[in-house]
Amino acid sequence: MSEPVATNQTILVVGGGISGMTAALEAAECGKQVILVEKNPSVGGRITQLYKYFPKMCFPACGLEINLRRLKANRNIRLLTMAEVTRLEGEPGDYTATIRIRPRYVNENCTACGACAEAVEAEFDDEFHFGLKKRKGAYLPFIMAYPQRYVLDPRIIGTEDAERAKAACKYDAIDLDMQEQTVELKVGAVVWATGWKPYDAARIQPYGYDRFRNVITSVELERIMDPNGPTGGRLVRPSDGKEAKNIAFIQCAGSRDRNHLKHCSRICCMASLKQATYLREKFGDEGRATIYYIDIRAIDRIEDFYARVKADPNVSFIKSKVASITEDEKTGDVILHGVDTEGYHRYSNRHDLCVLAIGMEPSVPAGEFPIELVVDDNGFIQSDPANGAIFAAGCAEDALDVNRAVQSGTAAALKAIQVVNRVAGTEG
Amino acid sequence: MSDLNAQMVEKYRNSFLKEVEANVEEGEWVKMCMQCGVCSGSCPLGPYWEHPPQEIFMMIRAGKREEVLKSESMWMCTSCYNCIVRCPRGLPITHIMHGLAHYAERLGLAPKQNPTRRFALMFWDNIAKHGRVNETVLSIKLYFMDGFSAGIKRALEMLPVGLGMLKAKRFNPWGLFFHKGCKGKRDIQKILAKAREIELAKAAKFGG
Repeated sequence: MSEPVATNQTILVVGGGISGMTAALEAAECGKQVILVEKNPSVGGRITQLYKYFPKMCFPACGLEINLRRLKANRNIRLLTMAEVTRLEGEPGDYTATIRIRPRYVNENCTACGACAEAVEAEFDDEFHFGLKKRKGAYLPFIMAYPQRYVLDPRIIGTEDAERAKAACKYDAIDLDMQEQTVELKVGAVVWATGWKPYDAARIQPYGYDRFRNVITSVELERIMDPNGPTGGRLVRPSDGKEAKNIAFIQCAGSRDRNHLKHCSRICCMASLKQATYLREKFGDEGRATIYYIDIRAIDRIEDFYARVKADPNVSFIKSKVASITEDEKTGDVILHGVDTEGYHRYSNRHDLCVLAIGMEPSVPAGEFPIELVVDDNGFIQSDPANGAIFAAGCAEDALDVNRAVQSGTAAALKAIQVVNRVAGTEG
Repeated sequence: MSDLNAQMVEKYRNSFLKEVEANVEEGEWVKMCMQCGVCSGSCPLGPYWEHPPQEIFMMIRAGKREEVLKSESMWMCTSCYNCIVRCPRGLPITHIMHGLAHYAERLGLAPKQNPTRRFALMFWDNIAKHGRVNETVLSIKLYFMDGFSAGIKRALEMLPVGLGMLKAKRFNPWGLFFHKGCKGKRDIQKILAKAREIELAKAAKFGG
């Protein structure tokens, strides 16, 4: 890849998830020069790991396809993958960003034929599937990855596997001498779109995520539903591969809790309502979903989705924050204990599988940004003049669903465009 | 807060909630409960409570003064702190339960025969008298709490444990006759009397 040339009229977008991609595309389609920096080997971010979107229950692959087409078609965007911003200094209209690019060990000759993956023997946990399955040491991050190019895991470099991969490649695409690079770029404005990560479920001790195999997180369920996922799209539980026809969903797992994340993660209620419909999709009338909640926060215009799910007699709602989970060691079933606060009934309910509607926390913890930024108590970047021309987009700004993340990305692009326009002297 | 807001808040803070806030230890937290129920579900004695903690909080907010203060529920708390650890809003539930029990006792509304209450009073008399607990007297009183024959029966049941403790020097039979107490016990008693006076004066404002 040739070194991108940037000026102080260039917009730097950090993070190639849905909000970063949107911000980059909107700015580039307005004729601005954009550098899009993505930490992973592929763009797309967390939406690529979802099975379906609420409320329309359509597939994220579809919107991703459109965005990838826009990205490929646009000459104004330079994409850097496996790259991270390590330093950022300066002022609006004049920032210097230091970007570290990790070696991919695969160059542009790659045709994604997959011969290297066949040749390599070493296997590692597949990050894309949250470790629910293994992948080879030479791999395509996921089926729709862009750039559509393989990656060598740095852990195989220097082993025989690396040589095997190189020997298997017919296109001379594997370059084992690739080194880490550091580049410095001048940019006028920055869109910070580093997104979110699921809260560490093991820290919610009473739910035993680290002890019970049939306690999983909502993001893991999305992978299980994926036809290309660890179970080939069969809705089965991890312990014994039995069909999970009776699933419990625990809301506010890590959110709205002073012991964990103080904020409401906003998407989890809708995510569980969406996932409750997966049961009917897979098992028809035999599927049973039980949602344990404090209060359902199906935000504004998607309230009707809630109403629709609620009308399904196979979906029940229990107003209770579950106190603890135990495991029936013989069957692997999980047993949820607590008090139903509507009538104060004590319950111990058995389910095949328990899904924790896990909270969202900012990917970059407060204090670890390459430049000082004003953040709120929960680590989300605030809209504050002190942040200069660094504008947060998507889940770096707040816990948002995809729709709002796109809006936020567009808004950030507009703010960044105004800054570079001022630099160019075309706007007062 | 706007005037209308302030008025509405005032309206929902009924007199019993205000009374609890003023007189019960950590009582100002009661309004923070969001009724998730994790405290009740986490309580090891949960099934034995007539009204588990989050129900008590709701009853306070609903102004059910007699039902709350005469209840046996908060006397069930064994201070295991499970609820405090798990409460998503960080309510000091254990302390509030003890605070409520204490306040009910101060008003003379606590259930007279509740064993926890009786033990608590016994313990209090014991420690307040000497400034230090006399364990021998306390345990013997506890055994004979329900009368002479029940006491003998309980003492015989516990005999092996008692002998074991005696051997390990964890039980001092001489404590029955001699107990040193602490220095300045008069002063401690004065402090306690004054504290009680202040508490009662505060409670009197609410028609206790």
